[in-house]
Amino acid sequence: MSIATEPTAPLALSEEQGQLQRAAREFAAARFSTAQLRAYRDERDPLGYSRALWREMAELGWTGIPFPEQYGGLGLGLAELGVVLEELGRRLLPTPFLSTVLLTGRALLLGGSEAQKQALLPALCAGERVIALAFQEQGRFAPWQVATRAERSAAGYRLSGEKRFVLDGAGADHWLALARTAGRPGERDGLTLFLLDAGTPGIDCLPTPLIDARNAVQLTLREVAAGPHQVVGEVDGAAEILEPVFDGAAAGLAAELLGVLSEAFDRTLAYLRVRRQFGVPIGSFQALQHRAADLFCERELAISVTRAALRALDAKRPDAPALASAAKARVSDTANRVGRESIQMFGGIGMTDEEDIGLYMKRARAAETTLGDGAWHRDRFASINGY
Amino acid sequence: MNPDELEAFRAEVAQWLAEHCPAILREPRADPGALAAAEQGWHRQRAARGWLAPTWPVEYGGAGLDPEQARVLAQELRRAGARPPPISAGLSLLGPVLLARGNEAQKRRHLPGIARDEMRWCQGYSEPGSGSDLASLSTRAVLDGEYYVVDGQKIWTSHADQADWMFCLVRTDPDAPKHEGISFLLIDMKTAGISVAPIRLISGPSAFCQTFFDGVRVPRENLVGQPGDGWAIARELLQHERRALGSIGRGDLGRARTLPELARQQLGAQDGPIADPVLRDQVAQCELDSLALRLTMARAADEAAAGQGGEHVASMLKLWGSELTNRRHELMMTLLGADGLGWEGPGFDATDLRTTRQWLRAKGNSIEGGTNEIQRNLIAKRFLELPQ
Repeated sequence: MSIATEPTAPLALSEEQGQLQRAAREFAAARFSTAQLRAYRDERDPLGYSRALWREMAELGWTGIPFPEQYGGLGLGLAELGVVLEELGRRLLPTPFLSTVLLTGRALLLGGSEAQKQALLPALCAGERVIALAFQEQGRFAPWQVATRAERSAAGYRLSGEKRFVLDGAGADHWLALARTAGRPGERDGLTLFLLDAGTPGIDCLPTPLIDARNAVQLTLREVAAGPHQVVGEVDGAAEILEPVFDGAAAGLAAELLGVLSEAFDRTLAYLRVRRQFGVPIGSFQALQHRAADLFCERELAISVTRAALRALDAKRPDAPALASAAKARVSDTANRVGRESIQMFGGIGMTDEEDIGLYMKRARAAETTLGDGAWHRDRFASINGY
Repeated sequence: MNPDELEAFRAEVAQWLAEHCPAILREPRADPGALAAAEQGWHRQRAARGWLAPTWPVEYGGAGLDPEQARVLAQELRRAGARPPPISAGLSLLGPVLLARGNEAQKRRHLPGIARDEMRWCQGYSEPGSGSDLASLSTRAVLDGEYYVVDGQKIWTSHADQADWMFCLVRTDPDAPKHEGISFLLIDMKTAGISVAPIRLISGPSAFCQTFFDGVRVPRENLVGQPGDGWAIARELLQHERRALGSIGRGDLGRARTLPELARQQLGAQDGPIADPVLRDQVAQCELDSLALRLTMARAADEAAAGQGGEHVASMLKLWGSELTNRRHELMMTLLGADGLGWEGPGFDATDLRTTRQWLRAKGNSIEGGTNEIQRNLIAKRFLELPQ
């Protein structure tokens, strides 16, 4: 398959997207600060985000951006959602957008029965339900490496296995768990999604907060009973749902990460202008100017490819999967480079916990790793393009 | 112009293209040998309508179109797949500067020849001692009655051996600060005292020349603007040059030999993943970055059209485009292995020989038109607002 070079929708922000950007920027600046993030971390807040703030965002309509109006959404696209996520990323504002909207919400929308959509999506859009996707079992992203088994039983299924890095798993109302109903780990076929209520007997939930102070858990499932009505999508066919869901989530996460790296870069530039050594601002040194100019170029590329991916996904273009991988790869690598350069240019002060730049680097590394890093997505980009 | 009139103009353009732009000249490109004559005829016809310089006034050889009409013309030319005219220093570089800065006599004398693509111009900027530090140039022009007498040497004067005229930066006031003593002079290449020597590059023969001035007498009326205006004019013109260089890169990215094909050819395995995982990752990185660069060009155009600026996007294209072109050519050489070590003659594949020459020539992309180090200085100053 070839990559189209002419995007269908303009890559400039529309008037409406510009308004949304300003609204999200003002909201994030007014309602959140890194002091709050440190408080979540240092007080070991089990959620690591605020349900009240999440409901406020729901009232603004943001949680429902990519869902049809019949389910309580705004009927807009990932392009609009990306605008909001980028602004939240700039402030490191933690929300369940990735788990609840991009992953499980879109999985329900794409694969759920009408009854499941009616039961869950309006509550999700209203900010009243948080649903976490329990799919990952090992460190590196490998979506079909699933050993958790769902054995058939008289009443339906019994699930056993271990799920790790379940984002927003603590305090979630439901877990959408990926289990193997056929085949062996690594095979794309034979996977099935099960909707489990929090508190279901047989599930141990161990909090495993990450370096970015975000909420993640490890779930141990022991003979967990699930009825046929809890299956989301086709039995053995979860990959058909999850592949486009992961594409959308990777592009959405790229948008958030773009905000993270943009703010880290802007703060680094501000520091280069004011930090003085040898009697001059260190930003006057050409060695640092040239590295900053390179980061500037990489950021411009990251913006373009992220916007193109979000628009291609909205238009359901055939090159959308390749663009989603291109976006996640480019933005991940750029965020990693900005993170490293930021700490180096801040010097000793960048090593202290008191300075915020370290929080940006930690979030950047977590988001880079989540849903596949640059190497993973380059491999997929090459495979999609036939080499 | 109201929308109805604009649509009528669109229909007129489409009709004219149907009649005058032969199929052989439309994209995709035909065999080069077959189309030379047709191409010449097409460009002449287009020039006769003033459509090589559509927004220039009619009296200067343009078509006097307003910006909306010019956009319609560009859209229709693209829709028809019409071949663009060859890059011309007169059309893309000097023309806009003469329109803005030339006097009436200079415009009437030079612009129509440029617009009809009859007069070929070359650029006299760099000197052996003045590359990145262009303002240190030392070619002198001393007033003697109604003539400037020019002595000195210019380098990288593309096509100087075939050019009719040169636009040239000369030092008219050696005592002024270096940026203020420079003037912009138009020189007829047939004038006595000019000699031209072509430059051979690491990649072989080239369009570049060295041009020597030995007591060359240039009429005073050929000075553009005032004495001392040269640096300001040169800077305007360099902006046009960067834009032109950016558009060259755009075409090259699409036409180049594809990396995945070359990797397959050199590494065996006709399907499935490219056999060498390290080279496969490098191919994917290059392909992905080319895509990101094309999307960035598209975004710059979209943002400019939406009135959102876009200059900050455009400023990186020359820098990043040339770095990527170099990276791509290095990878092609790696994939070719010893097949890439041929210089000419039998025993080597013609496409491989071309790839090797292009690898060498591409080294210049990050030097010409302002080195990439100069571009980084500009970005740091203009867009990142870092202190001097």
